[in-house]
Amino acid sequence: MFSDKKEEGNRGNDLDRAIENSRRDFLRKLTLAGAVTVTGGAAIYSGHRFEKAKHREGYVKVLTEDNRLVEIPVEQMRDFKPDLKMLQSRGREGIAGKRWVMVIDLSKCRNARKCVEACQSAHHLRPYEYHINTLVMQESVNTPAFFMPKPCQHCDNPPCVSVCPVDATFKRQDGIVLIDNERCIGCRFCMAACPYSARIFHWQEPSKHEEDGGKEYDVELNVPQKKGTISKCLFSADRLREGMLPYCVSACPNGVFYFGDENEDAVTNGTTKETVRLSELLEKNGGYRLMPELGTKPRVYYLPPKNRIFEFEQGEKKEYKEEKA
Amino acid sequence: MDEIRFNTPHEKGKIDSLASDILKNVRINASFLLWMGFLFTLLAACLFAYTIQLRKGLGVTGLRDFTSWGMYIANFVFFVATSLCGMLISSVLGLIGYNWVKPISRIAEIIAIAFAAVAGLVIISDMGRPDRLPYVFLFGRVQSPILWDVTVVTTYFVLSMLLWFFPMIPDLAIAKDRLQGRPKFLIKAYELLSFRWMHHEVQYRILGQAVRILLILIIPTAFAIHTVTSWLFAVTPRTGWDSTIFGPYFISGAFVSGAAAVIIAMYFFRVNYKLEKYLNARVFERMGRVMVLVAIVYLYFNLNEFLVPAYKLKAGDAIHLRELFTGHHAMLFWGIQLFGLVIPIVLLLFRQMRKPVPMMIISLLVLCASWFKRYIIVVPPQAHPNLPIQNVPVEWAVYSPTLIEAAVTVASIVLVLIIITILSKLFPVIPIWEMAEEKEDAERIIQ
Repeated sequence: MFSDKKEEGNRGNDLDRAIENSRRDFLRKLTLAGAVTVTGGAAIYSGHRFEKAKHREGYVKVLTEDNRLVEIPVEQMRDFKPDLKMLQSRGREGIAGKRWVMVIDLSKCRNARKCVEACQSAHHLRPYEYHINTLVMQESVNTPAFFMPKPCQHCDNPPCVSVCPVDATFKRQDGIVLIDNERCIGCRFCMAACPYSARIFHWQEPSKHEEDGGKEYDVELNVPQKKGTISKCLFSADRLREGMLPYCVSACPNGVFYFGDENEDAVTNGTTKETVRLSELLEKNGGYRLMPELGTKPRVYYLPPKNRIFEFEQGEKKEYKEEKA
Repeated sequence: MDEIRFNTPHEKGKIDSLASDILKNVRINASFLLWMGFLFTLLAACLFAYTIQLRKGLGVTGLRDFTSWGMYIANFVFFVATSLCGMLISSVLGLIGYNWVKPISRIAEIIAIAFAAVAGLVIISDMGRPDRLPYVFLFGRVQSPILWDVTVVTTYFVLSMLLWFFPMIPDLAIAKDRLQGRPKFLIKAYELLSFRWMHHEVQYRILGQAVRILLILIIPTAFAIHTVTSWLFAVTPRTGWDSTIFGPYFISGAFVSGAAAVIIAMYFFRVNYKLEKYLNARVFERMGRVMVLVAIVYLYFNLNEFLVPAYKLKAGDAIHLRELFTGHHAMLFWGIQLFGLVIPIVLLLFRQMRKPVPMMIISLLVLCASWFKRYIIVVPPQAHPNLPIQNVPVEWAVYSPTLIEAAVTVASIVLVLIIITILSKLFPVIPIWEMAEEKEDAERIIQ
């Protein structure tokens, strides 16, 4: 009951703030719209004249990689599809200037497992194959149980990367630890070395291996998955490249996940889309990392499960059965 | 001045008698063919199991995400361990100057070669993508202990081959004229491999120097192979593997299993090859003492490895050690410590037990325990990771090896036996010229 009232109060404040914001917004937009109309109109007019003068039937203008404007016949146009080589080289480099970071607010996790489902459907995994898993944790008998979503921690000192004999798993400049399953030899040394059990192995043909058969392998999505190789959480590197939040982050209905760039000191909540200061969020809520004593320096932070506004309900325990391929 | 060794009638007679004793086993007879037929049939059956694994993936094993290293890796560690016997016998004991190791040095090298060679194959059977084996050489990263392991195991294998072959060149020269009735290819091979050895003093001096260099080189290499193998585990932050004494712990254990393997082989060759004169009670007696020594050293490391963490009982260690001492693996753990270490040490302290038959039985026990000890080192630390095992099929939590895994493991052991059989049946298993020299020394001392 108490907690409900508190929520209503919050909502009232939010409303006031929203009205205030929209008023300001409106004025700002009005000025902007005026400016845009004038300059845009002029630009469109001159562009129209230019096009009229220059346009040739059956040709299209294309900007090349070295910034030249060229014309090519329409019938020679092809949709660009990055090939394996390009996918792999850009997948290994990462996105310049970024240091991705995730914050998981344990006080909000109610074990909806939407993060798990979104992740599994994006990466073509079976219901018991996890890049992210929500675990029931209890630190000691006298402390309460809580749910803990556990993705790969994307350590800055990753034991898995150190031990890999063939550079199949690697650390990118934007902080993400990826696996290249075109390179992986399946020795599973990385699994042995990972203290967070973050890695899975394809012991048999992956779930969608037939329909994924002809697809070009995207190292940032790790699809198609391959038998006899490792798979793991990728911080949804493919979505980050498109400027979107990771699959798990945007799928969460309870506002558990924040994701963002450490360099900008800003993280965005996947549910509310609210952007906050990373340092402030961690400082105010007592953020911590898993097993800091190991020196792995994870890029995933947790906020402790305090002030939970719901009862801890484990629900029915689901039985998982291994599918035989 | 031509100094030819073994050119007096007296020495020639000695060589003759030695050669006839030792070379009588170098032949291709019915029992050899039968034995090889049996081994190859078994190998084929077991390799069929491996083809299933190749087709369906490692899912046909009992391995899953949590215990992802199992019987194969345990077997690999056991093989590398046992292969260390070559270094122990020829180098450590030989360089100290113990002459009694001369008749068994070649046996030890044969075992070393066989186990080191097959160890590499065992690792391949554990790979999810064996077709990508060349990647290890194409894209190898020096940071990874796997690269170190590949490098040193190959080096050790090559050095062991040379240590087996170099001292055998004079023997091949001695034998090539005494192989009447043997298949032609064998005589041809002997002629080819003896490199027209003349028994010249200079040749012997060069050979002696070469062998000495190899004997010294192989000591750090052998230490490296098993230390690096232990580091495959010790470099991970996993409770039960995260130990600073893993290197010496593994090395001392390797001497135990290596010595056991040599004793078993000694007994076999003594009885089957009728070599009682050379593999005599004295050699067994001495090997018994060596066994006691290496087993006590290993026991000491066991004490350190288990007692110290058991005293502190840090969270992870507490779970791990409870599993070993009283839990799921308790029977195996105590069985290994008792029958593989404590009882053999106590028994071998008595002179009556250092006779060939009891020694062979004790060594069989020790060797089996050594295999299971590797299993206990590899498997249990993975069963209790830092974070709980949840939301997965229940059977994933506990590793139980499948028939296919067992079959592939048997294949590796069969392969070891095949290599040992070929090397010991087609070539003299006891060094002829070295024995002749040793006899000479003994006689000179007596006179």
